[in-house]
Amino acid sequence: MRKRTQNIFVRRTIFAAAATFLGTIFALPLVWFIFAPFNARAELGLAIPSPFTLSNFATVFQNTFAMQALLNSLIQAAGGVVLVGGAATLAAYALSRSPIPGKGAVTYILLLFSSVVSGSAAMVPIFLIISAAGLIDTHLAVILVFAGGLLPTAMFILRDFIDAIPRSYEESAMVAGASPLQAFFDVALPVIRPGIVVVVVWAFVNIWGSFLIPFILLRSDKLMPASVAIYSFYSEAGTPIVTLLAAYSLIYSLPVIALYLFVNWKFGFRFFGGIKS
Amino acid sequence: MKKFSLLSTRAGALFLAPASALVGVFVIIPFFWVIFVSFTNRTLLGRTAVDPDFVGLQNYFALFNPATFFTRGQFGFSLILTIQFVLLSALIGQALLGLLLAWLSQTVTPTLKSFLQTAVIAAWILPEVVIGFAWFAFLDYDNGTLNMILRGLGLPPGDWLLQQPFWVIVFFNTWRGAAFSMMLFNSAFQSIPPSYFQAADVAGATSWQKLRDIALPLIRGHVVTDLILITMWTFNVFTPFLLTHGGPSYRTEILSIYTYRIAFKDFEFGKGAAVGVVIMLMNLAFALVYLRLAHKKPVEAE
Amino acid sequence: MRTRFHSLLLSAAAAIAFAAPVSATELNITCRCVIGGVNSGMAEWIEKKVIPAFTEKMKAEGKDVTVKLTQFGGEDEQLTQQLALDFSTGAGPDVSGFDGFLIPSFVQGNLLKSLEEVAGPDVPKWEGWQHISDGTKALMSYQGKPYGIALGTDARMIFVRKDLFKSAGLDADSWQPKSWDELLDAARKIKAAAPESFPLQLNAGVSMGEATTMQGYWMALLGTGEQVTDDSGKYIVSSQGILDTLKLYKTIYVDDKLGDQRAQLLADGRNRTFANFRDGKTAMLVEGDWFYRSVTAPGAEFAVADRDNTMTWKKMPAAAPGKGLRGQDFVTMSGGTGFVINPHTDAPAESWALLSFMNSKEQLDAFQQIQPAIRIRDDVAIPNSPFLTETATTLLPITTARPNDANYNKVSTEIQRMTESVVSGELSPEDAMAQYKAAVIAIVGEENTVSTL
Repeated sequence: MRKRTQNIFVRRTIFAAAATFLGTIFALPLVWFIFAPFNARAELGLAIPSPFTLSNFATVFQNTFAMQALLNSLIQAAGGVVLVGGAATLAAYALSRSPIPGKGAVTYILLLFSSVVSGSAAMVPIFLIISAAGLIDTHLAVILVFAGGLLPTAMFILRDFIDAIPRSYEESAMVAGASPLQAFFDVALPVIRPGIVVVVVWAFVNIWGSFLIPFILLRSDKLMPASVAIYSFYSEAGTPIVTLLAAYSLIYSLPVIALYLFVNWKFGFRFFGGIKS
Repeated sequence: MKKFSLLSTRAGALFLAPASALVGVFVIIPFFWVIFVSFTNRTLLGRTAVDPDFVGLQNYFALFNPATFFTRGQFGFSLILTIQFVLLSALIGQALLGLLLAWLSQTVTPTLKSFLQTAVIAAWILPEVVIGFAWFAFLDYDNGTLNMILRGLGLPPGDWLLQQPFWVIVFFNTWRGAAFSMMLFNSAFQSIPPSYFQAADVAGATSWQKLRDIALPLIRGHVVTDLILITMWTFNVFTPFLLTHGGPSYRTEILSIYTYRIAFKDFEFGKGAAVGVVIMLMNLAFALVYLRLAHKKPVEAE
Repeated sequence: MRTRFHSLLLSAAAAIAFAAPVSATELNITCRCVIGGVNSGMAEWIEKKVIPAFTEKMKAEGKDVTVKLTQFGGEDEQLTQQLALDFSTGAGPDVSGFDGFLIPSFVQGNLLKSLEEVAGPDVPKWEGWQHISDGTKALMSYQGKPYGIALGTDARMIFVRKDLFKSAGLDADSWQPKSWDELLDAARKIKAAAPESFPLQLNAGVSMGEATTMQGYWMALLGTGEQVTDDSGKYIVSSQGILDTLKLYKTIYVDDKLGDQRAQLLADGRNRTFANFRDGKTAMLVEGDWFYRSVTAPGAEFAVADRDNTMTWKKMPAAAPGKGLRGQDFVTMSGGTGFVINPHTDAPAESWALLSFMNSKEQLDAFQQIQPAIRIRDDVAIPNSPFLTETATTLLPITTARPNDANYNKVSTEIQRMTESVVSGELSPEDAMAQYKAAVIAIVGEENTVSTL
């Protein structure tokens, strides 16, 4: 018995060591970002700020274009997320629960299509469509294109998720006299919520970081998101101004970190799903 | 038992309407445009911008032209590179590491677990421009954090972006994307009733036996979902461009970067579109293999 | 220019408020320029000098015109992408910054119209044309018709650090290489004196883009008496000149290690070459006058300390005296960027008025105060800059421009690739040239190429 306890102890230590090691490996490339924004003269090297300064942030805050860009990112990401989350939930629910024929194949085929469309080859038709709709240089253009592009994946993830939820939940509600709509909103939706949350975070992160689509569809400074504005912290010669770039990167990263922490605290970050046998 | 329908066809259609409209306009139309244009020599600049010719399968033949297929900077080289990239960074890297991370997370203390998860997820959620720059600083030959550590350990520093560019992007993509697989497997493991593991503990099973004999068979569906998604994402991932621009000498020019160069630097849409179609067929092939390996029918039966 | 949808709204609004006597015209101008960032001087000039003066001038003529500058902070290539898409759909700025060598491919793609087609008979009447030489007019022309006006031109040369020469026992002031051998000799001596240094920088590789072709390859190739195309406009794909040029690269980067090989291959390589020069690791660097005007200027990121005493410039020699293009002893290249008018502009007259106003003597003089350069008007002097005056008078008479051809851009990429495969040591000059030949034939067709070997 003692030998087994010892074994478990050894095993635990090995696991803990492995986890610490992997966590450190993952954190290492980001350590630089914790120091550089607070350094008055940063190079690419890792250096503990001395003296510690907030002057980089002060300079960044004065760049109205870059500050406005953060707001633009927020508008575009929020708009896109609402559309993706809403449309994907409804569609995934329908695909999971209604007797539409061939619906299993549909989600996967759309997923494949979207993989073609997310490549740069499809930027031209997307530009032409947006241009024909008269939406070039509007937030709406970016929101719609992202919503369309992310939807197939969102539906794929969510349908998996909803399929894993027993139909008996809604069935019993309907036996008790609820309409299909009531069954969806009152019974199914609360159960699906963790899945929606995953899709929302995933979509938000995608839109928040994306460069090419806003770059192709927008023209005026006042609409550009932060992923484009970050290039205003490059010097006249085209090299990054390391200190300002690091400071702005930190500010630019905060919303996604906050979103993750909030979601993790409020809902827990969980996936269900998996294709069932 | 007769399954009674939870949603009538009409209500189902109504639920599908918003997604169908968005997907129809921004996915299906562009998709068919890409298919169509892949059979033409359409460009953005020059004569063929105004007056493209229908060239049949010529773009595809050009891609698979045996004379240039293996030349660096050509499609074939890029395709082989991308398949290696997907196998190494998505399958072995993200999926396997993600599985390991999720498994480790089940066994370590809560504090260690949150440290591990936070570090892994941070790599996944931060914006790509930020990540690209962080890695650039990390790998810098003279001052980068990595070489600083190596020197500190008495090891020779490496000129990573120049000497091992392919391994750099493999590790980079593994690092960047492992979080998704980890999170998916986290919840997969949580969906397994704890009593299964308790029974195994009583029988004195090792961790490896529990993973192999209990957990993995139960989460096969999750594994397939994960592989399908990360394969597709890795085929399309563009972030390595921020590190290497596809170089040096095209040694990291995976297909997404190749397409970008063809479609957006040379403005050859016809050829770029053909590459997009080939990537899609590759994705389809990978997905069929996954489903086959998991002993499933190609597309789930209802 | 606004989207059609927007202009529809505007005209609807104007129809409702038909009491308004004159409708305001809004012009948009874009350039790759950001105040405090890329091409800061140009942005500052347009925002602070051109726009206020132009609005004033229009008001005096009874026109209510507002001009908005969109500062584009991305890469040149990205601006090209945006403009190509915009001009193909009728969107985009009314007036835009533009690199002259893209004009042929834009014109062939129906994405640009000549100035006269856009703005009518006002164009040839402009007073400025008589102050612009045919050569500089050609920088923004295609088949004899101007599509835009270049803001200025430039020239390429060898920038030299006197201090490094001195420490190798050489006197930079009296030194002027007359052949590649003399150039390499000096580099070898400096390398011997400072083994860690990279004495010579001749751009190569894909990542530097057109800077490889213009500042590196062309500057060497011209010294062999050849150009990228022959007199009839056919691309030369196999020749002694190409081979000699590639061998020069091989000597510099592979055999004698006189240059920084890494800087040619890495994504941020060009800035590394600037840093090498600033930090005293590179003694000779081939670049355009922009390197002096902007890169190494006091206060800039790559400012050279005590510049007037440490830095000078020399002409790029031909491979051997008299062996250069047209039998020249020395060679140089010129290019030009300027502004074009959107072919779909709603306000062609006003756009032309703006473009010609920018290129008036008064406005270019104002620009010279912000950032002196070689301007295209012969009545615009270069103030207080002996360097620019000297280079302009010495180099412009012997300069060469890139071929005015729609395929040049693509061939240029192949040139960059060819230099990279030699510089990285991957291919021999012969094999690299064979690869180049195959690639160029695939682009332009065999009938448009010529082999002289």
